[in-house]
Amino acid sequence: MRDERLKTLLKGGAIWGFILLELVFFEVAGRIWSLSGNAFVDLDNMLLLLKQAAPIGIIAVGMTVVMINGNIDLSVGATYALAGIVMLDSMSWPFMEALGAGAIPLAWGFALLTGALLGLINGLIVWKTGVDAFIVTLGAMLGFRGLVFMYNGEQPTYHLDWTMVDIAEAEILGLQTPALVFLAVVLGVWLLMTRTVHGRNAYAIGDNRDAAVNAGLRVGPHILINFVLIGVLAALSAVAFYSGSGSVNPNDGMLFELWAITAVVLGGTKLTGGRGSIIGTLGGVLAIQLLRMGLGHIGAQTETVNLVIGTILIAVLFLDRQLNRKGAEELKI
Amino acid sequence: MADTALKSTAMKSVGGLLARQGILVAFVVFMVGFALWNPRFIDIDNVFGVIRSSAILGVMALGVTFVVIGGNLDLSVGSMLSFSAIVVLDLHENPAFGPALAIPAMYAMTLALGALNGFLIGYLRLNSLIVTLGMLSAIHGLTLTYSGGQNMDIANQSETWFGVFGRGSALGIPVPVLIFAGLAALLGMILAKTPFGRKVYAVGGNGTAATFSGIPRARVVFATYLISAFCVATAGLIQASRTMGAQNTVGQGLELEVLAAVILGGASLLGGSGTIFKTVIGVLILGFIQNGLLLAGLEFYVQFVVTWIIIILAVWLDIATKRGKLWSPIA
Amino acid sequence: MTQHTPALRLEGIVKTFPGVRALDGVSFSVLPGEVHALMGENGAGKSTLMKVLGGIYQPDAGRIFIEERETVMRGPLEAKAEGVMFIHQELSLAEELSVAENVYLGELPRKRFGRVDWATLYARTDAILQKLKVRFDARTRVGELSIANQQMVEIARALTVNAKAVIFDEPTASLTDAEKVVLFDVIADLRAQGVGIVYISHRMEEIFRITDRISILRDGAYRGTLETAATDEDEITRMMIGRSLDLSRNAAAPDLGPVALRAEGLSCGHLFEDATFEVREGEVLGFYGLVGAGRTEIAETLFGLRTPTAGRILLKGDEISLGSPVEAIARGISLVPESRKEQGLVLGMNCRDNITLPQVDDLTAGPFVSDGAEISIYDQYRDRLAIKSPSWRTPVGNLSGGNQQKIVIGKWLSMRPEVLIVDEPTRGIDVGSKSEIHNLLRELAKQGYAVIVISSEMPEVLHVSDRIVAMYHGRIMREFTAAEVTEDGLIQAISGLTGDAA
Repeated sequence: MRDERLKTLLKGGAIWGFILLELVFFEVAGRIWSLSGNAFVDLDNMLLLLKQAAPIGIIAVGMTVVMINGNIDLSVGATYALAGIVMLDSMSWPFMEALGAGAIPLAWGFALLTGALLGLINGLIVWKTGVDAFIVTLGAMLGFRGLVFMYNGEQPTYHLDWTMVDIAEAEILGLQTPALVFLAVVLGVWLLMTRTVHGRNAYAIGDNRDAAVNAGLRVGPHILINFVLIGVLAALSAVAFYSGSGSVNPNDGMLFELWAITAVVLGGTKLTGGRGSIIGTLGGVLAIQLLRMGLGHIGAQTETVNLVIGTILIAVLFLDRQLNRKGAEELKI
Repeated sequence: MADTALKSTAMKSVGGLLARQGILVAFVVFMVGFALWNPRFIDIDNVFGVIRSSAILGVMALGVTFVVIGGNLDLSVGSMLSFSAIVVLDLHENPAFGPALAIPAMYAMTLALGALNGFLIGYLRLNSLIVTLGMLSAIHGLTLTYSGGQNMDIANQSETWFGVFGRGSALGIPVPVLIFAGLAALLGMILAKTPFGRKVYAVGGNGTAATFSGIPRARVVFATYLISAFCVATAGLIQASRTMGAQNTVGQGLELEVLAAVILGGASLLGGSGTIFKTVIGVLILGFIQNGLLLAGLEFYVQFVVTWIIIILAVWLDIATKRGKLWSPIA
Repeated sequence: MTQHTPALRLEGIVKTFPGVRALDGVSFSVLPGEVHALMGENGAGKSTLMKVLGGIYQPDAGRIFIEERETVMRGPLEAKAEGVMFIHQELSLAEELSVAENVYLGELPRKRFGRVDWATLYARTDAILQKLKVRFDARTRVGELSIANQQMVEIARALTVNAKAVIFDEPTASLTDAEKVVLFDVIADLRAQGVGIVYISHRMEEIFRITDRISILRDGAYRGTLETAATDEDEITRMMIGRSLDLSRNAAAPDLGPVALRAEGLSCGHLFEDATFEVREGEVLGFYGLVGAGRTEIAETLFGLRTPTAGRILLKGDEISLGSPVEAIARGISLVPESRKEQGLVLGMNCRDNITLPQVDDLTAGPFVSDGAEISIYDQYRDRLAIKSPSWRTPVGNLSGGNQQKIVIGKWLSMRPEVLIVDEPTRGIDVGSKSEIHNLLRELAKQGYAVIVISSEMPEVLHVSDRIVAMYHGRIMREFTAAEVTEDGLIQAISGLTGDAA
């Protein structure tokens, strides 16, 4: 049993150990190779890190919930783009223009509503048809992207509203809005998953769905809620990002689902559901973003980032399996 | 009473046909409908045009069919395609290689990536979704590193025979169509008729039972990834040859479209079921839908929405027939 | 009359599935404070009946009464609300969650804003755990518990509500004797509180120890109810299977050939240690012991699925090392595994392909598998083993358990093995097929095969074996010949009560 605890600790702590390693490595390597001689571990850098991590990070938090629940969502990238388009486009609707600055919260609301609606569609299909979430959201990834293109063709959608930009770039304690939103989402969903009945049921359903059904849990609506949640979070991510940038390209958000899943898996969430943590995902997101920044800092080509992250993902999977091996007694199947 | 019995038998056989070949029936209905609406749709040039433009996706889907029937996923085929296209173009321009050596060298390198997938998933038994997700990212990085982020182009396009794979035609049939058809026939036979094919089904259907029956599971899974890589290399060759140039991201997103075609053909993600023939139908459906919608004057992206609806309907129908209930019993 | 108001009464329950009448008018009642056994062969309809009672299936006809009030069970929640609780045979726990969260699964106590009321949750759970006299607390992660303790968590779940009826489905399958005592105490407590208990089990000794009445199902039909005190095993068996099962002792003196397979000091970690035994051609060697005693692990080692940590394996006198099943099969060792559906068959594959799977490489014409060669092998073993299947194209998953098992046996016989290991040859199959398979195993020995049979059913081991090896906790405790073996001796050996290893 002590052994078990040790393993849990190792697994939970591994990602933070890795982050520490990254910090030390890039700091030292930066001093050796970098011409500028700037420190890597410095407050501004770290604040920037949080901001840059926010778009994928917010989505990854939602992905954690869905994956703990035993599902997956491949359509988040397209949801992100569509919510962004709706938000920016709605700002130029006649009645919205008449509202002036009052239109901003409404535009945000439309974006979030879009995300909720797309999540609802996925959730309803998964619940009612019984088709695996992987397939449902794989289809939706294509379908939602089609909707993105249908909205405005291949043209980018833009609307720059300076009030909105000001809000997006506002700072509290040096943290810009996207970073704050990200941290708030982490905190909120962490509370949801650890403290509430809904969160605990999410674990139970992901762990043993039959048991949950037998215990009388309404698994269908529960799964539906989580798909709505990830839809809303994907939209929130778009709100946080596009409020500042003011322009959505129809190809935006592609591969976001894969980055989010990578972060979630690095953070220790079990693929088959039932185990995982929001804090672990935070670690996964930060580790990836640190790697991006760090490789830039030491002057490595940015191209290397993908190579390194892919390798690390596989290495983590390998180590996790080695940790779970039973040694000589194992059945060779 | 005999009459009703007859009727019910007839209905059963229709239902059975729909259940077994539903996707084929849907395909035929779709083709006939569109042909009636616009005869240009089944014009031989149009048909070849569609198959030619589906060939890259199709060839990749053939390989992925093996992987999926073997009970795994391959999400790395998109970035692997970019890799092989970039590599073959670069080596083509490299005086030390030239087209004749560039092609086998590119095949060797792509197969090495497939072997890595196969080793990690087959022999080390790591989860295929995550491994190939990692490989998607890693191969993309590899391609960018290799190309330095630059696009690759063939400088003297008129002086090379390299274009034959993507642009040529023989006996009036475009070469990509011939490659797709030939590879489909070959792989279809391997899967349906050889002992190896049988083992792929067994490993995907029940890997534990396959092991208990003395089937070298790891080796079989390894081989499915080699086949997948071989198909990707071939698709990369067609791609590079057709455009005589490629971007680093030419295959981006293709992995999921390929998977969509395979699933549409009726292969189960759980493994153990599916055929090459059905995958070809799945690929053609996607191709002809795109074409039909374009002929109808709709933008190319409308096909995404249509594909979404079709995939879900197809899989739902499949599940519903198996469980004998339209709606999921989950409360 | 009030005193005899049944806690639970079923009346004329009918449930049909496409092609099967799973329940055909089942009626019985459970009184408060009664332990009522429900018995029947596998496939007799017990689990279907329980699913109807739990609201997972809706009956086609018939009525359910709780304390004489007619009730419609629409789902597990209704069943729970009516006070009908289930202790499932297959544990239905979420291993990553705490004991408390599992006990109150679906009903976590809430505070405002949907928060979990942890204090109440732990307090209530600990109170229940105390009653069960277990040595873990409400905060323990279920995955860390032994199977027996996980069972206790299931039982704790049943105690969360004011249960009127509790259904135990094979609760002792994975319990040690000491743990059984605790379980029986719990049942006695429940009974004293006036709860009606349905106890599903195959184990006669338990049935006679704790139940008051016994209701019997056969082929989905209700066959009657007996007073436990006024009946015996024989009567129950006859009602269950319609006739007596021939499980007479194996008495035939075997015509033994040379030693086919010998293990010397074979060990695999702590799974089993220092196992020495041999099996001769023409002999059936039985392995008997409790689940987890290491029998299956020995079989898996002989089949190349586990690497021994010590000892040697000799095949016809030559030492061999087996790196994988491929090597074992090449040397003529075959294993009919314990779990037919998980290890024995590819359920979605047809009958023919399952039988020829291990030798598909050799059945070729040119590069392709030869249809003719395959079909002729299938036909041969279909006839020899009397496999009942509509056609070779039928997916194995559609066959009955007995026919499925014959397909697995056919698969290995067609390889003409030197040594055939059969793990739990008749688990989950009907009585008719059972005796066919018993006869087949004897027949194979007569033909000169060396056969190893692993079984948890004593009558089966006694019936088919020429010699019996008794295992306890990974060690071989004793070896018996058919002539010297006694039931008492076997039970003592597999409970670790006899001293010396063989």
